Amino acid sequence: MLEAFDATLLARLQFAFTVSFHFIFPSFTIGLASYLAVLEALWLWTGRSVYLDLFKYWLKIFALSFGMGVVSGIVMSYQFGTNWAVFSDRAGPIVGPLMAYEVLTAFFLEAGFLGVMLFGMNRVGRTLHFVATLAVAVGTFISAFWILSANSWMQTPTGYAMAANGQFLPADWLAIIFNPSFPYRLVHTVFAAYLTTALVVGAVGAWHLLRESSNDGARTMFSMAMGMITVVAPLQILAGDQHGLNTLEHQPVKVMAMEGHFKSYDNGAPLVLFAWPDMAQAKNLYAIEIPKGSSLILKHSLDAPLKGLDTVDRKDWPPVPIVFWAFRIMVGLGTLMLLLAVVSLWARVRHGLYDWPLLHRFAIAMGPAGFVAVIAGWVTTEVGRQPYTVHGLLRTADSVSPLQAPAVAVSLLAFIVVYFIVFGAGVLYILRLMSQSPRRGEQGPERGHPVRAAGITPAPQVSEGGN
Amino acid sequence: MVAFDLPTIWAFIIAFAIFAYVVMDGFDLGIGILFSWIPTGRERDTAMNSIAPVWDGNETWLVLGGGGLLAAFPLAYGTILSALYAPIVAMLLALIFRGVAFEFRWRDPGHRAWWDIAFSLGSIVAAFAQGVTLGALLQGIAVDNRVYAGGWFDWLTPFSALVGLCLIVAYALLGATWLIMKSEGTLQVRCYRLAFGLGIGTILAIAAVSLATPFLSAVYWQRWFAWPQVLFTAQVPLLVTIAAVVFFASLMRRHHYTPFLMTLLIFTLSLAGLGISLFPYVVPPKISIWDAAAPVASLKFMLPGALVMVPIILAYTGYSYWVFRGKTGHEGYH
Ligand code: HDD
Ligand code: HEM
Ligand code: HEM
Repeated sequence: MLEAFDATLLARLQFAFTVSFHFIFPSFTIGLASYLAVLEALWLWTGRSVYLDLFKYWLKIFALSFGMGVVSGIVMSYQFGTNWAVFSDRAGPIVGPLMAYEVLTAFFLEAGFLGVMLFGMNRVGRTLHFVATLAVAVGTFISAFWILSANSWMQTPTGYAMAANGQFLPADWLAIIFNPSFPYRLVHTVFAAYLTTALVVGAVGAWHLLRESSNDGARTMFSMAMGMITVVAPLQILAGDQHGLNTLEHQPVKVMAMEGHFKSYDNGAPLVLFAWPDMAQAKNLYAIEIPKGSSLILKHSLDAPLKGLDTVDRKDWPPVPIVFWAFRIMVGLGTLMLLLAVVSLWARVRHGLYDWPLLHRFAIAMGPAGFVAVIAGWVTTEVGRQPYTVHGLLRTADSVSPLQAPAVAVSLLAFIVVYFIVFGAGVLYILRLMSQSPRRGEQGPERGHPVRAAGITPAPQVSEGGN
Repeated sequence: MVAFDLPTIWAFIIAFAIFAYVVMDGFDLGIGILFSWIPTGRERDTAMNSIAPVWDGNETWLVLGGGGLLAAFPLAYGTILSALYAPIVAMLLALIFRGVAFEFRWRDPGHRAWWDIAFSLGSIVAAFAQGVTLGALLQGIAVDNRVYAGGWFDWLTPFSALVGLCLIVAYALLGATWLIMKSEGTLQVRCYRLAFGLGIGTILAIAAVSLATPFLSAVYWQRWFAWPQVLFTAQVPLLVTIAAVVFFASLMRRHHYTPFLMTLLIFTLSLAGLGISLFPYVVPPKISIWDAAAPVASLKFMLPGALVMVPIILAYTGYSYWVFRGKTGHEGYH
C-alpha cells in the first residue's frame, strides 16, 4: 500500500499536520494576548490586585504557548519552499508580499515587545509595560490579518493577471488583500480565537471553583470567560452563517461537499444531518435529512433550487467525507458553545455562577472544544478547496516541489515524532501550571523600586540548580 | 528605472536581513553551542537569562530572510529550499528544540538537564545546517525549467561540511564575546579563555573557507583576483587581519565590549566577502537576482513597507536591548 503514498500526498499530509499543530497555538495566544491586555488595563485602572494576580498567572502560560507558536510557525514559513516550490514560484509574487508584510508589521512587533512583556515588569514603568502588552496583542491581530488575507486569496483569487511563465502577477493590491472571502474569514477566525481562549480560561476557572468556590481569582476568570462566551458564541454562529453564504457564492463546490449534496435539487434541497458520504457511488449512506432545510439556510427560501456535485467534473471534487464531517464537528461544537453561553447567562442572572457544580463540569468539558472546532474549521476550508491550491487556477498536484517520496516520508516522520515529544511536554507544563490555583499577593512592579527577583518564576526555583 | 533597480535594492534588503540574523541569532546560538562548557547552576542561568528576552526578536530576522526571499525572489526561494531539503528540515527541527528550551528548562527543574541538552544540541545542529546551506549555495545548485534538477544529496560535500563546522566555531565566538559583555565573575573569566581559542579557530575557519571558495569556480576566482578589482577585494582580508589583531589585544587587556564589537566587524567583513563572491547571483551558477525577481508590481508594493518598517523595527529592537542593558544577574528577571 506504500505506493499509494506518493510525494504529493505526503507533502499534503506534512503541511496539514504542521499547520494544524501550528494553528493550535495562535488560536490560543491571539485570544490570550488580548485577555492579558484587558487584565493589565483593569489592574491599572481599578488597582485591584486580583487582576494583577491573574495577569501573572496567565502570563506564565502565555510564555509557554507563544514560544511553541513561534517555533512551529517558523517551520511553516519555510515549508512553502521545501515542499511547495512550484507553488512558491507561481504564487510567490502575490502570497509572498502579504507574508512579508506580516513579518514586518506583526512578527517583529510581537517578538520585539515580548521580552519586555515577559521579563520587563520591574525594569520599565507600569504604563510602558502595558504598552508592551498591548503591542504584543495588536501584533497577534495584525499577524492574523495578513496570513488570513494570503490564505483567503488562495480561496477566492482576485486582482491578479497571468504571466507567460505561469506566475500570478499582482494587478490590483487592494483587490488582492481585500479579496471576497477575506473579511468573513478574518472575523470568523478572530472570533474563533477569542472563543477558544475564553473556553480554556473558563475551564480553568471552573476547575478551581469546584475545589474552592471562594477563590477570588477563579471567580473573576470564570465570570470574565463566561461573559466573553455569552457575547461571542452567538456572534460566531452568525458570522459562520454569513461566511457560508459567501462560500456558496465563490466556491459552490466546497459547499456541495459540506452539505453532502451529490445530486442537484430543483425544488428545495434537504439538510443532511448525518450520513456517510460515499464518493464512489456518489450518494449518502445512512442519511438523516430535514427536507428543504439546506435551501432554507443557504437561500432563505424553502423551494430554492441548489446544484449538486453531479454538475461538477469528478476530477474537481474535493474529498467529500472529510469536508462533510469536519464541517459537522465545527457546527456541533459551535452549538454546544451557544448552549454553554445560555446556561451561564441564566446562572448569572440567578446569581448562581460560582456555586453550580454542573455548570462548572460543563465548562471544564468544553475547555478543549475551541481547539477542535478551529482545526475542524480549517480542515473544512482547506480540504474543501481541493484539488486546487489556488482555487480554480493552480492544482495541488502541480504545486508540489520535485520531491522524492522517501525524502518527504522521512521528514514527515521526523516532524511527527518531534512535535509530539516537544509540544506534548509543553502542553503538560501548561496543564501543570493550570492545575495550580491562582494565588493572591504577588509583588507588583513598584515604580522606582526595581525588585529584581519578582519575575514570573520565583527566585528560589531559579537558583535551585545552583551549586 | 535603471538607477532605481528594484531587484538590486531587494537583494540588499534581504542581505541585510540575513546579516542581522547571523549576528543576532549568531550570539544566542553561540551560547547554546558553548553550553556544555558552562557549568550547571548560576553560570548557565546567567547565560540563558542574558538572551531570554531577545532571542525571539533575533530569530524573526530568519523569518524576514525567508519570507523576503519568497516575496522578492520566489524562484530562488523555491529552488534553494527544495535543493537543500534535508539541511533546512534539520535546521527547523533543531530550532524547535532550542526555542522551547528557554521556557521549558524553568518549568521542569526535574528535567532541566535534558532541556539543556536540547538547547545545546539544537543550537549546534542549527548552526551546522546553516553553514552547510551556505556552502551548498556557494557550490551551485542545478536548476532546470524553473525547478531544482539535482540529486538529494548534492548539498553534502567536504566543502559544505567545512563551512558548517566553521559556522559552529564562529557562532560560538560570538556567544563567548557576548557573554564577556553581559557577565561578571567566573563566567566572564571562563568566556575570556573560551574566546581566545575560538578566536583562533574562527580566523583559521575564515582562512580555510576563503581559500577554498575561489577554487569552486572560475567565476569566484575572477571576482577576487582579476585586475583591478583585486585592489578593492584585497581590502577585505586586510581589514579582517586588523580586526583580528585588535580583537586579541582587547582580550588580553580584558576589555568588556571590544571583543564583541571586533567579532561583529569580522562577521560583517566575511559577509561582505560573501557578497563579492555571489553578487549578482542568488542561485549560482545560473540564476541572477534579475532572473529570480518577482514582478515589479510585487517589489514595488513591498518597498515602502520595508523602508518604513525596518527602521522602526530597529528602533524598538534597540529599545528592548536597552531595557535589558548591563550585566545580567543569575537569579534573573525570569
Ligand atoms: C490567524 C492567525 C494565524 C494563522 C492562520 C497562522 N499564523 Fe503563524 N502565527 C500567528 C498567527 C497565525 C501568531 C499569533 O502571530 C503567532 C505568534 C506566536 C504564536 O503563537 O502565533 C504566529 C507565529 C508564526 C511565526 C513565528 C513568528 C516569530 O518569529 O515571531 C511564523 C514564521 C508563522 N507564524 C508563519 C505562519 C505561516 C507560514 C502560516 C500559514 C501557513 C501561519 N503562520 C498561520
Ligand atoms: C492556520 C492556517 C491554516 C490551516 C489550519 C491550514 C490547513 C491546511 C490543511 C489541513 C491542508 C491539507 C489539505 C489536504 O491535504 O487536503 C492545507 C493545505 C495547504 N494549505 Fe493551508 N492552512 C492554513 C493556512 C494556509 C495559508 C496561509 C496558506 C498560504 C498562504 C496555505 C497554503 C496551503 C497549501 C499550499 C497547501 C497544500 C496543498 C493542499 O494539499 O491543499 N494554508 N492547509
Ligand atoms: C456554529 C456555527 C458555525 C458555522 C455556520 C460556521 C461556518 C463556517 C464555514 C462555512 C466555514 C468555511 C468557509 C470557507 O472555507 O469558505 C468555516 C470555517 C472555519 N470555522 Fe466555522 N462555523 C461555525 C462555528 C465555528 C466555531 C464555533 C469555531 C471555533 C471556535 C469555528 C472556527 C472556524 C475556523 C477556524 C474556520 C477556518 C477559517 C475560515 O475559513 O474562516 N467555526 N466556518
